[in-house]
Amino acid sequence: MAEYIIETPKGKWEVICGLEIHCQIISKSKIFSDASTEFGDDANENVSFVDAGMPGMLPTLNAECVHQAIKTGFGLNATINKYSEFSRKNYFYADLPQGYQITQFQYPIVGEGFIDIDLEDGSSKRIRIERMHIEQDAGKSIHDLDPHKSFIDLNRAGVGLMEIVTKPDFRNPAEAGAFLRKLRSIVRYLGTCDGNMDEGAMRCDVNVSVRPYGSNELRTRCEMKNVNSVKFVMQAIESEARRHIEVYENGGEILQETRQFDPQTGSTKPLRKKEFAQDYRYFPEPDLPPLILSDEFINKIKEEMIELPDEKKARFINVLGLTPYDAAVICENKEVADFFEKAAEGHDAKKVANWLMGDFFAMLNRKNLSIANSPVTPENLGKLVELISKEVISGKIAKEVFEIMADTAEDPEDIVEKKGLKQVTDTSAIEAVIDTVLTANPDNVASYKAGKTALIGWFVGQVMKQSQGKANPEKVNKLLKEKLDNNLS
Amino acid sequence: MHDLTDLTIDTALIKLKNKEISPVELVRAYIEKAKAGQHYNAYVYFDEEQAIKKAEEAENHYANGTNRQLEGIPLGIKDLFCTKDMQTTACSRILGKFVPPYESTVTQKLLDEGAIFLGKLNMDEFAMGGSNETSCFGPVINPWSKNIPLVAGGSSGGSAAAVAAKMCAAATGTDTGGSIREPSAFCGVTGIKPTYGRCSRYGIIAFASSLDQAGPICKDVTDCAILLNNMAGYDLKDSTSSQKDVPDFRSFIGQDIKGLKVGIPAEYRPDGLNSEVALYWDKAAEMLKSAGAEIVPIHLPHTKYALPTYYVIAPAEASSNLARYDGVRYGVRVDGNGLDELYINTRTAGFGAEVKRRILIGTYVLSAGYYDAYYLKAQKVRRLIKNDFDSAFSKCDIILTPTSPIEPFAIGDKKMLENPINMYLNDVFTVSVNLAGLPAMSLPIGLSSNGLPLGMQLIGRAFDEGTIFKVAYQLEQCANFVRM
Repeated sequence: MAEYIIETPKGKWEVICGLEIHCQIISKSKIFSDASTEFGDDANENVSFVDAGMPGMLPTLNAECVHQAIKTGFGLNATINKYSEFSRKNYFYADLPQGYQITQFQYPIVGEGFIDIDLEDGSSKRIRIERMHIEQDAGKSIHDLDPHKSFIDLNRAGVGLMEIVTKPDFRNPAEAGAFLRKLRSIVRYLGTCDGNMDEGAMRCDVNVSVRPYGSNELRTRCEMKNVNSVKFVMQAIESEARRHIEVYENGGEILQETRQFDPQTGSTKPLRKKEFAQDYRYFPEPDLPPLILSDEFINKIKEEMIELPDEKKARFINVLGLTPYDAAVICENKEVADFFEKAAEGHDAKKVANWLMGDFFAMLNRKNLSIANSPVTPENLGKLVELISKEVISGKIAKEVFEIMADTAEDPEDIVEKKGLKQVTDTSAIEAVIDTVLTANPDNVASYKAGKTALIGWFVGQVMKQSQGKANPEKVNKLLKEKLDNNLS
Repeated sequence: MHDLTDLTIDTALIKLKNKEISPVELVRAYIEKAKAGQHYNAYVYFDEEQAIKKAEEAENHYANGTNRQLEGIPLGIKDLFCTKDMQTTACSRILGKFVPPYESTVTQKLLDEGAIFLGKLNMDEFAMGGSNETSCFGPVINPWSKNIPLVAGGSSGGSAAAVAAKMCAAATGTDTGGSIREPSAFCGVTGIKPTYGRCSRYGIIAFASSLDQAGPICKDVTDCAILLNNMAGYDLKDSTSSQKDVPDFRSFIGQDIKGLKVGIPAEYRPDGLNSEVALYWDKAAEMLKSAGAEIVPIHLPHTKYALPTYYVIAPAEASSNLARYDGVRYGVRVDGNGLDELYINTRTAGFGAEVKRRILIGTYVLSAGYYDAYYLKAQKVRRLIKNDFDSAFSKCDIILTPTSPIEPFAIGDKKMLENPINMYLNDVFTVSVNLAGLPAMSLPIGLSSNGLPLGMQLIGRAFDEGTIFKVAYQLEQCANFVRM
């Protein structure tokens, strides 16, 4: 990708950015208790004594969360650490019932890895992953229900999180955006996180610094907490980078601090300065023994790994003949990719891809439906493409058939049969129509013969009209030409 | 018939089974003693009505032959154990009149075997203390006190005093640095802290998670075996509890100790050790020798670091464990202007001085810049202390030491109060056992010239409480200590 340089009258600057992403683990129960993780229940409905930090309660590790974390680790092409430890991160907050968060500090469950991202210009870039650890989420404080009181909802307290930390490998907002979309795609494929940033299932902290273009120094960075959409992450990088540049160019210094991105203004504002930074007093969690994984356990999960977007995309390109662009679009979402594969089975995959990305997506958008609720099944989409390939119907008729399928969910073969939409490919039948048209329009035939050959289009239109669109347009064209030109000689 | 509260659990169970006595009679006898001994301040919550009701149920169990291991045995429960529908405060103001909606695993196991809880027993606030003087309910008075009121030891002071004064048949205790053994020694009763992981910590209010362990305080060694049989075992709800099989501790009672090697650590005889304590130590070794054991000198070279190590690790964990008492969800809340003030006001009013001191120490040793010098260093020394015991146990089967370097002292003792270090020094023989996670028992060996009980400590290999019971029983036979 072209280099991203912020140029001012005073100089050229480069952006350095790293991300920390919190992904809520999909699991039946919380990471250290047996309370449900159900989203959207009444406040404080899913809270165990452990989650509420009651006296004498102890955490017990949920094996399902460990399983999900290892799966995600494989999705990040990362090393799985056979030894990891839990630590306590101590701080006071009303929605943190224990007064500490159980997390992993020195020994995370997942080590270094990488994700390859695809950029708009068709190039790709490798983003390195520093680590991934598992920890518990906090509850929610609600401050806007009452002018004098705050309310606490502990339903989220104790839900498992995976925190993914990247290396500072991003050089522009677009790379960060592509990374987040790719990561979301991977965790959704794996079923380890639902990836919804607006619901907080995936939350992003953004670290930004700048340096003069061409230098390799690392300057002070600022962190923006909980930026909750891909778009905002990209905006936050841009605006924070510009703020740094302005400060430096005016002879100022950037202080290490935590900032907050305000989507209203598109700019960042300070949250807390480093001198007020929390001292989290991390120490090993004495209530949980170290997490020691056997090769057997790790390998079993490896065997369960499904085809991820990158592998799928490569297969769609190499085996099914899709363009890299189409393959990338279709593979971003596993449901779409699965729908496509089902639809394309035994049919012309490229044509199926065209239909999917064209009329099909347009129809879902128009009807505001998810792919899971599509009235057009993958089998029926495949059949429709097959009807075109076999010249049973024309592309034009196919669009009509598709609209009926979208409304009634009917089988395209039935629709074609019932409505008599079968294309006429029989030469003698088409010739009969042509003859009728030619006989009825001697003037135009004469004009054509006199050299107004552009009239061919008018003749085709007349024939198609008379055949109610069912005549094969190519054949009509060919036979018409033959007839008119033969008469000519 | 003579006083039923004189009976050990072992004897009482036989008499109950033979219907010589009834559970209601037994419970009533202990209730009478508890009422008579109110001035000891051992109980902080007493539930006579519920106890009688349970005793009547126990009577039915004996009548229809469905009696369980501890059917009808009246126990006192240290107030650190969460007991369902029974007030649990850890003797701290901050928990107010907290009533847990759940039962600790250990107390549940006792209930499941038919034990009856008379009430909750006094203790140092959050188990932090060695004299039971930090309790928000005031100090426990040692039943052995003569002219001036003496401390019962701590933190399980209420448990030891209640057993000594026969206000319950036995009691539960917890031990983080000596909290079962020291009060047992001070009150002339027998208590065992089992191996770390032997009993579940679920539902026990945490002081220092890597050190805390529950155990019984009883009239004698046999009762300790009976009670521990019904307290120990793996618990899914405590990830640090051990999956090792629990042997029948009772089966070690009366076993021969011929040829068994008893280690005497040189480092436990510092200059200025109370001469009576030293004398009894020698006596105890002689007794074991006469019972057929072999006495071997051993070394625990890192002993001198045990106290400072303990007083870094325990407060560090405590500072984090006590963060949950914030006035937000339960217990006492003192409102303020904003969240920070609510925390400050609540915790200022709710915690006592010793608890605050330890929270401060713990917060300090975990702070950025100090962690390596204190907490990390302490963890390394902890490893060395554990290694000391490992190598000592290659030369001996059990270790004999005094439990406490001193005899019970006066409540409000100036020397103890003016400098907390003086109080901490009383734990010198007990804390290293917790740091190493080993089992250890204190049993009474005799009386000092002041007529006050002195205790001996037996330290075993990890998960080898059996040898402790074996040796302790023999020592108990030889010492022939006369209970109150």
